[in-house]
Parts: sequence; C-alpha cells; structure tokens
Amino acid sequence: MTIDGRLVRESIDPSALVREVARSAHGAIVLFLGVVRDVNDGRAVAGIEYTAYEAMACSELRAIAREAADRFGSSDVLIVHRLGELSLEDASVGIAVAHAHRDEAYALSRWTIEQLKRRVPIWKQEHYVDGTRDWVDPSGRSVAGVTP
Amino acid sequence: MSVTVLLFASYADAFGSPSVSLEIAPGATVADVLAACRQHPGGDRLPAAPMVAVNQRYAAVSTPVHAGDEVALIPPVAGG
Repeated sequence: MTIDGRLVRESIDPSALVREVARSAHGAIVLFLGVVRDVNDGRAVAGIEYTAYEAMACSELRAIAREAADRFGSSDVLIVHRLGELSLEDASVGIAVAHAHRDEAYALSRWTIEQLKRRVPIWKQEHYVDGTRDWVDPSGRSVAGVTP
Repeated sequence: MSVTVLLFASYADAFGSPSVSLEIAPGATVADVLAACRQHPGGDRLPAAPMVAVNQRYAAVSTPVHAGDEVALIPPVAGG
C-alpha cells in the first residue's frame, strides 16, 4: 500500500511512480504530470522556480493522499511535487493513483490535483524570456504589487 | 508575548524578510497578528484577507495564538 505525498528536488520519474502504485488488485492506473509550459498569460516563459512552506506542504500532500484514498476507495495514491528551478517541459508534479476500475481512477486523479492546487502551500515564480520574474497566483495572474 | 510569523514567496518579498517577530497581547487571535503585521514595514501590501496557518494548519481569524505557536502568512498557493 502506498498512500503518500512527497516534496523532491530531483526530476520526477513517471515510471517509478507507476511502479509504486501498481498492485494485482488494480485494473486501472492513472498518471497525471503537470509540466512547465512555454507561455502563461501571454508571456513567454523560460522556466519556473517552485518554493514551499515545506513542513506544511508535506503534511497537506499526505493528508490529500489519505483523503483521496478514503473518498474513492483506493489503497494506492502517490503525490510528488518538485521544488527548485525547473525548465520547460520538466514535470513539476506527478500523481499516480490506482483503483480496481478506471472510472474511479480518473475521478481520483482529478480530485487529487484540484485539492493540491487549492490547499498545498507551494508557490511558483515564473522566469520570462525577457529576463523579468513574477510570482504567480492560482488564477494565473501575477500577484499585484510585488513585481520588482 | 512575542510571536514569530513566517513569510513566503510574494509576502517575503513585500516584507523584505522570511519572517517577522511581533509583540502581541496574551489572548490574541490570528486577527490581532494580522493587524500587527499590517503595521510592519511592507505590511500595507498584504491583501484584505490573507490565508494564515497556525502550527501548519489553516486557521480562521478567530483562532487563538499562543506563545511558541508557528504562525505563517500563506500567499495565494500556486502548486501543480
């Protein structure tokens, strides 16, 4: 059984996540990867730096994994979020969930990423191709008043 | 009593520091901590109702704050 949430600084290995949640009882595994995109809000992005309130972020990730497992009746939910400097196409988050059936596995995956985005104290500062940087808020806009 | 408030991301930039130490009265709540933060240089850049965590859990403005509690102001989260 793997019900866990982790913060990592190295790159996320998708196949390792899948291996951790695979069991013979599971007929479906859904893997979600969030990756660094080249444009946000019309600005060309060069990379993203992720930071966190690490102790709380870890406990929130674990709480979400437990809640997801209880809510959808799964024994295997793994959430991994990367911190530090990421480049385009790097995975910032990986969520591997397993269930006996695909409907529940898809729903579980979706619920888990939405909870993460709502609750986990992690922040991203986008680095733009033009050399500027901005903190980003959940709706994708820059945070007002703190642009250097 | 003295309380240390942890600051992150845009709030740390606004205050120019990853934490601030504040003097608050015994019996104070999260609302009192926020009011004290607003008096601090950079505190005018906080939004009207920032999220706050006490001992690593999200807290309401009415939550009591005790000496030694870990208080943190949580900017809009942006994980994923």
